[in-house]
Amino acid sequence: MAQERAAAIVGIHEYPLRVAPGVSAMNVKVDSIRAALDDAGLKWSDIDAIYDAQDGEAGGGLQLAAYLGLRPTVLDTTQVGGSSYEFQAAHAMRDIAAGKCNVAVLSYGSTSASNRVAIGTGGRGGPATWATNMEAPFGATLIANYAMVKQRHQFEYGTTDEQFAGISVATRHHAMRNPEAVKAMTDLQFVGVNEITPQDVLDSRIVADPLHLLECCMISDGGGALIIASADVARDCKKPPVWLIGGGEGTKYRENGGDITTSAGAQSGPIAFAEAGVTPDEIDIAMIYDSFTITVAVCLEDLGFCPKGEVGAYVEGGRLAFDSGEGPALNTDGGGLSSNHPGMRGIFLLLESARQLRGESTSQVPDAQLAVAHGNGGLLGGTHTGGTVILAKD
Amino acid sequence: MANRPQPRFPEPHTEPFWEGAQQGELRYQKCNDCDDVVFYPRHHCPACGCNNLDWHVSAGEGTVYTFSVVRQNRMPGFIDLGAYSVAYIDLDEGFRMMSSVVGVDNPTEDIHIGQRVRVEFEDQEEGDYPIPVFRPI
Repeated sequence: MAQERAAAIVGIHEYPLRVAPGVSAMNVKVDSIRAALDDAGLKWSDIDAIYDAQDGEAGGGLQLAAYLGLRPTVLDTTQVGGSSYEFQAAHAMRDIAAGKCNVAVLSYGSTSASNRVAIGTGGRGGPATWATNMEAPFGATLIANYAMVKQRHQFEYGTTDEQFAGISVATRHHAMRNPEAVKAMTDLQFVGVNEITPQDVLDSRIVADPLHLLECCMISDGGGALIIASADVARDCKKPPVWLIGGGEGTKYRENGGDITTSAGAQSGPIAFAEAGVTPDEIDIAMIYDSFTITVAVCLEDLGFCPKGEVGAYVEGGRLAFDSGEGPALNTDGGGLSSNHPGMRGIFLLLESARQLRGESTSQVPDAQLAVAHGNGGLLGGTHTGGTVILAKD
Repeated sequence: MANRPQPRFPEPHTEPFWEGAQQGELRYQKCNDCDDVVFYPRHHCPACGCNNLDWHVSAGEGTVYTFSVVRQNRMPGFIDLGAYSVAYIDLDEGFRMMSSVVGVDNPTEDIHIGQRVRVEFEDQEEGDYPIPVFRPI
């Protein structure tokens, strides 16, 4: 492999609680940053770059540096929803390679569950725009937007509900091995904290046709942080570096005559794989934003794991389970479907990728060498972004 | 009577569209330079970047591209509506708009992709703007 190894994830932390009343989002961010620095063996003052999705009570970005008490020489406030962290990791990789910084921090904190934020079924506020004025009268919830993609995928390619359900089954299988995910499902009062079958998914209520409840991610509190460092710094850190070897960005939106079953991943994926010099069939770990089953299905196709329209047959037989022996292993932390989803899940895709490539996952794939983290931000059936990052074991 | 959220103004891009709705017209834009059909309303043509656009009136007929039936919505105006549809409609003039398919007994059973539909302007309990929705032809 001829890829460049200039930047690596050297420190990680995932905030353990999914229901954390009385804790602020800023607390979650700061506690996570401190723990990620400890994990790396670095200190507060080593941080010289902040990447922030403008979350937290202070509004992030400019405010975050002041809150932390740092004077970063790189400040990147990329906010593209749940894919923000994949965009930021790619930017950090680029900035470190260019010599602009050495120790970058990405952080996330959210109290969506404690604040009772109805992410999937509530309305969207904010000022009137050229887009909201054309959509608000129709009551399209976030879930309905994704449901429209599933409806079209089933119409065009004959993908069955049972095939989609296989995605929920795999992530639950992984969640049951992850104590933090089990606690999350318990604290959030899931009806059954246990392994599930495709029939369980089909028997769960429809939230927006044709999406069943068990095809939808949870709403939790949570957050985390990760430290990305230059090769020089990474050499002296406590844990083996997890190299960032490719990044890609893409956008997609409603267009006249457009194909709703193709996501921004069709743009970002090939760019990232080309930079990394690897192909999808070499990937051991697929961390793909599972806001809903349909998100994973479409993104597996768009990233090149299988041709467009064939994801149903591809996932049939349980290949996405970490112990299937086939791979790629999907969302081995339990994913948004069964571990956590505070609103922007992209950071957890990178955290679990790093755990797998260090050998620290609760659903560890033996000798995992390569991971892809693919975030999808915004609305899959409307305007959204895709960020793809390829990671390699040291 | 329906009580959907109203468009809000000032919002210069979409004002002509909603003035059209008040007159029973489903309006869309076309680029005079490159012929691209422009929707949602904008001040420029996203295909060529020019600002030489004109408004046209659609015949109001199209097909259902995809849809969902919403069973749970906490927004005012929708909480008490029961199951209702949200759909992307491909109008015959070549633009795709979000709307709702109405006038069916059971939205889950009676709406399907490829179905032919025609626009109608649904008066609202509150507000000055009727909302363009679609009914199977």
